[in-house]
Formats: sequence, C-alpha cells, structure tokens
Amino acid sequence: MLPNPFHIQRLQKETYDTFTVELTPTNSTNTFLFSAGQFNMLYVFGVGEVPISISGDPARTETIKHTARAVGTVTRALQKLKSGDMLGVRGPFGSHWPVEESVGNDVVIIAGGIGLSPLRPVLYQLIAQRKKYKKIALLYGVRTPEDLLYKRELEQWRGRFDIEVKITVDTATGDWCGDVGVVTTLIRRVQFDPLHAMAMICGPEVMMRFTIKELQNCGVGNERIFISMERNMKCGIGLCGHCQCGPTFICKDGPVFRYDRIKEFFGKREI
Amino acid sequence: MITPSIKVMDRVILERNHFQKLIDVLITRDYRVVGPTLGEGAIVYDELNSVDKLPIGWTDDQDGGTYRLKKRSDQALFGYVVGPHSWKKFLLPSALRLWQAKRHDNGFQIIPENEEIQKFAFIGVRSCDIHAVSTQDKIFMNGQHIDPHYQSRRKDAFILAVNCGKADGTCFCVSMNTGPKVTFGFDLAVTEILEDNNHYFVVEVGTELGAEILHEVTYREANGREKKLADGIIKNTARQMGRVMDTTNIKDLLYKNYEHPRWDDVAKRCLTCANCTMVCPTCFCTTVEDVTDLTGDHAERWRKLDSCFTMDFSYIHGGSIRASTKSRYRQWMTHKLAAWIDQFGMSGCVGCGRCITWCPVAIDITEEVRAIRENEMIDTSTISGKEKTNAIA
Amino acid sequence: MQSLEPYLAEHPFLKGLEPNHLKILAGCASNVQFDVGQFILREGEEANNFYIIRHGKVAIELFAAERGAITIQTIGAGEILGWSWLIPPYQWRFDARAIEITRAIALDGKCLRTKCEQDHNLGYELLKRFAHVIALRLEATRLQLSDVYGVHP
Repeated sequence: MLPNPFHIQRLQKETYDTFTVELTPTNSTNTFLFSAGQFNMLYVFGVGEVPISISGDPARTETIKHTARAVGTVTRALQKLKSGDMLGVRGPFGSHWPVEESVGNDVVIIAGGIGLSPLRPVLYQLIAQRKKYKKIALLYGVRTPEDLLYKRELEQWRGRFDIEVKITVDTATGDWCGDVGVVTTLIRRVQFDPLHAMAMICGPEVMMRFTIKELQNCGVGNERIFISMERNMKCGIGLCGHCQCGPTFICKDGPVFRYDRIKEFFGKREI
Repeated sequence: MITPSIKVMDRVILERNHFQKLIDVLITRDYRVVGPTLGEGAIVYDELNSVDKLPIGWTDDQDGGTYRLKKRSDQALFGYVVGPHSWKKFLLPSALRLWQAKRHDNGFQIIPENEEIQKFAFIGVRSCDIHAVSTQDKIFMNGQHIDPHYQSRRKDAFILAVNCGKADGTCFCVSMNTGPKVTFGFDLAVTEILEDNNHYFVVEVGTELGAEILHEVTYREANGREKKLADGIIKNTARQMGRVMDTTNIKDLLYKNYEHPRWDDVAKRCLTCANCTMVCPTCFCTTVEDVTDLTGDHAERWRKLDSCFTMDFSYIHGGSIRASTKSRYRQWMTHKLAAWIDQFGMSGCVGCGRCITWCPVAIDITEEVRAIRENEMIDTSTISGKEKTNAIA
Repeated sequence: MQSLEPYLAEHPFLKGLEPNHLKILAGCASNVQFDVGQFILREGEEANNFYIIRHGKVAIELFAAERGAITIQTIGAGEILGWSWLIPPYQWRFDARAIEITRAIALDGKCLRTKCEQDHNLGYELLKRFAHVIALRLEATRLQLSDVYGVHP
C-alpha cells in the first residue's frame, strides 16, 4: 500500500513534547473519512513511518488532525516539519469507539496523558449529537499541568453545563489549584448509572488496568468498557505480525477493544 | 507412441529419463524453474535448468540441531526431505523494495515498484510445504487486505509436488495432519520408485494445467502394481516419523499455560537467534526499513523478513513489550500452535521439523508441547487469585 | 440540632453498620466548615478526628522548606479525610488544607478510640473501612510513583 501525499496546513505545539499536525490531501478534491478511534500511518520523507491516532473531528472531512508526542525518530522529525511540507499518509486503519452503540447511555471518557487524542473525536461527536446521550463525563489525568492537551477546548467543554469535565494531575506544579492524584480517583467523584454507562479509556496500559478495576468496582460490566491499545506496527493491515497480542492484531482487530474481548490477554506480562 | 488422454486425479508413469523433458517443457512455457539442489552444505532451493542440478543420490540425516548430507546407495532424485529453505524464499522474499520516493520542490513523489515477476515452477514441493504455502495464501490473499507482492508471485506458480519416500528424524507431518501424502494444492504430484533396473515416477494429475504439461512430456499408463507400490511408499514414510506431537486441545492448552515454568526452562536454552522463524515455512512476519541515499533526495522503502525473537520486534517508545527470552519463545510457539488457529482457522505448524533441525541448541517444539502437557497448570484462576491477595501488599 | 445519624447511615463509607454502632458514631459527630486556605489538620499534631467531606475540596500536603507546600492528593465530596487517629502514635502524618470552602462532618476520634476498645465489633468494623481507605490511597500513591505518563527509555 502506497502512502498518499498530504500537505501540512498547520503544526501547532500542544505541550513541550506534543504537537498537533493538521493535514490536507495534496489532491484537494479528495476528502478524508474516518471513525473516532482509528489511526493513520504517517510517513516522513526518508525517515520512516509511524502509527498516530486521528485526533480531529470526523465531521470535518477536508482536513485530518493528528496529535503526537515527539519520542521517537519519526515523531521527532515530524515535529520539525512546517506548514506546506509534505507527508505520506496510509489509512485510516483499525476499529473505532462505540459512539453509535452508546446512544441513550451515560458516556464516561477516561483519558491519561496523550490518550486524550484518540478520544477527542468522540467528544466532538457526542457534543454534535448531545441530546442522544445521557450524562457525559470526561475524566482526564496527566503528569503535570504542563502536560495538558487541548487546554482551550478543555476550558470550553468545562464551561458547558451538559458535560462534566474533571481533570487531575499526578504532580502539581506552578499555580495549579485543581485536583491532584491519579485519574482513577476521579471515577468515584462522578455520578453515572453503571448499568447504562459506556466507558471509553485510553492511556498507558497501567493506567487503563487500574481504571478498568475501578470501573468494575463501581459496577460497570466488562462489555461496557472499551480500551484503545498500542503496539509496534509496521503495516497497519494485519500482515506484518508486529502488533499481535494473543490472537489479536492490534492494527486491524483493534486498536479499540471491548474489554471482555481482550481481557484474557490484556495486562498479562510480556504478551 | 500413443499418448492416452489424461485428466485430473489420473495416475500415470513418468520415466526417470524423461524428467529433463518435464523441466524443458516448463522452461519453454516461460516458467522460472526452481527446486532442490546442493548448496551451502545442504539441500537448498535454487534455479533448476537441468535435472542434473537436483541432489541426485544424496540424502540428509536430521535430528535436533543436526543436519548432515549423506550419499545414498541409489540415484534417487528426491531421496531426502526438506532443508533449511522453504518456498517462502520465492513467495515472500527476505528483502523487497516496496516503493521509491523522489524529493521535489514542494514535497516528494512516490514511485510504485513495477515488478515483472516471471511465473515460478516449484519442483519437489513436499506435502508439509504445500500446507505451508496454503497457510500463507490464506494470510496474504484471503484476508481483509491482500498483499500484491505475494499474490503476483503466487498466482501463476506451477507446483510439482513430491510424496516423501522417507521421513527424517525431525519430521512430524503425521501428527499435524499435513502429510506425507500430497492431497491438494499441486499441479502434478510424483512418487519416486526405484526398483532393480527401473526408475520412474507415479504421477498424480492435480490440475488441467498439470495434465496439459504432462501431455507435452512423454508418459505411459500406470498399472495396478505400480500404483500399489507408490501407495506403499507413502504409507511406509508415514511410519518413519521422527517426532510426534499431540495436538489435542492445543490452543486451550497453551492459552491456559502462559505462566508455565517450562517457559523459563526453554528460555535458559534459547539463544533468540531467530533461526526457527527463518526456516519455518509459515512464519510470515516482516518489518519495513526506510532509507535514503547520500543526497537525501531519493528514498526507498524495503520490506524485510523479521522475527519475533528480536527485541526490536515489539518495541514501542520506552521499551520492548517482550523483553525476556521466555516471552519471545512463548510468543513464537503460542502464536504458531494456538493463536494461529484463532487468526486463520488452522495451525501455523505443518510438522516439517525445520525449527528442530536448525535450532543451534536443539530446542524441540514437540518436546516443549509435551513438557507443558505433562505438567499442565491446573487452573490459571488460582494464579490470579494469588495475585489478588498480593495486590495491596 | 438535627441528628447526623440519617446522613451517616446513608454514606457509602458506613453502609451496613449496625444501628447501635451508628448511634455511637452520630454521638461523636459534628458539622464543621473550613474556609479556603484553612488548615484542617497539621503534620505532627495530635490526631483526634476524622472527617467525612460533604462539600468542597481538600489538599493533602507535605511542606518542604525549599519548595513550599507539595500537594500529594486532593480529595472531595463523599471522601474520608484522616486515618491517623486510629493508628498510634495518633499524630497527623501530613497537612490537610481546604482549597475550596469545605463542609464536613467531623468525628471525634479520641472518643471513638475508647469506644472501639470497649466494643471490639465496632473497632473491627471501623478498621475494615479504614483499611479500605488506606489501601486506595496506597494504590493511588503507587500509581503516582510509577509515573505512567513519563517517557522511560
């Protein structure tokens, strides 16, 4: 599969090590359709390719946004690109969050660190069709206040009366006067109906493991918990073998899994 | 000579001295003929333009970590089993350029690879390897996404299969239900027969194409005795299996035993050299490498065979998911024998024994399964129970 | 004054407690309120209370001379503040300060300690519940310690 040429429209710094890149197809008559939770393989000329989840609004088909953290060779090269530069894009790949299936339910979104990025498309969709859902809560945990993504949007969402937004940091710095503590501690602070709630979690695996446990303690069934997983990926289409976790290929069976369908393998050491 | 008309499933006789003609016909039909030949101190797969390039009169002697070439007392063409190569050498090349890219003023341009693939004729494909090829067919041609590179090499390949006349010390196709008799996926399947002064092949026709090609070669009808002889050879081979693997409930067995102490034991022996994955005819994992030339204006993407035994294989920023040898051996074996069944509806092991023969420390997949089965962990829930008690310790 | 017993009986922390034990607790309970910035408890001081937070937010802090107050965790409505009253030497291990106007029910730990010594069933019930609170705090602290969002090459 060949990468499709896209141009960078905007590259915006989010935090000291994260950034959002907005892309438009080089052939501008093309539109880009994706579902919340899917990812693309982004190719930086001569450097390499890396899977990055799509963080923009699925309703906006003329551009695609990705939020990435500069931690590897490709993401560091990506971070240095400017608007007008070209990228190769393959995708969208993978499964999506249960946005449709959640209609009529409470929705609890729990994000850790850069895990908010693949969940932002869900928030856009929930807000666009707010009436179809009952309670909506966003619980977001980061390392320090400097690590918060999408600060302006968080403020906007926090300002709404129909979404409960709770943010916590592991370590308070500066003049932070919000919550301190891990994101799992926020779960008991929101009221939702565990029997009619859908939980969508994305973050480091340790964070997701403890979050799942806390949701279970609150009475949420495994079939109502969804997680997004990360593995090494080379092809994005289930052929290269790298992203396996037990019998699943994270790239095509995931990255979003209903927890009861992955629980035998999730969190086990070195699987 | 009168040539009887032949059809699929017919069995006829091809004389040894007409084998060259078969190769000639394939070459005339523009096939790239490849098959077993002596090389690198073993029997490997390479170009075959002449019957003389086959390892005539040679055999192999295989056991855990051992492979020796030996002279036979006869001049058999196929009197050996499988060597270190498998057909993935041709169908899934170890390095393949996927595309190139050229930098220009406002970006770059991707230049697709226009591969001209000469159709292959595979000579001497064993039943285990037919199963292996069909496994990879399923992965690369029957899933949600099709691999065009595999497909272009595979789709017109001619397969001349061989029913094994002997089994070796590491063979266990009978356990895996993959041999020794070739049952599908071939154009022609031969059983080699050497009698006092007669040397011939009982040929089963698998496809119209096979019939057509055989029609261009000289052959004669097979009599009942010859057919019986051929059947007897295969039966005899089936009795010679050097290894046995009990596959009863193997998927659950391995899924339930992720924490079995045997994984620690095998980890002490395993060198994570990746030999087993390289010789395995079904192992299909690949990686990609993006490279540039010195000017930085020309880039290429290469696909290369990869192995789950490397640290890099499972690397995500910060570290490898499978850092320990134990976890990597477990991944390989559990994928092969258990996860594969969930993924592709079949086992990933065809019982060819290559991984046993070519393991430098003679790790034996059949022995590892046996060890886990004999000392199966009672129930994993007891383990998680223990973990629970320790959770807040 | 209205009895706090119905509220206590409904609280998840005390759910399932026997009526006579609830009565004892209610007898030791009083409503309290703290202004923003006001200390609720201070490291090293005698620990003779615990609090059921009804409204507001409290920061559990550790003071370091060169860094000032370090917030370890914040706790809010519905949660329990303070367990040092139950474990010798009955001294607060950290500071706790209201960072919003906070209303809470204070329970007299000194009184409860005596009651627990007299009635081990009550003591056991309370210990079980506090063990759970302490375990959750410990789990959260361990997660914090592991710095799950950091890059660890």
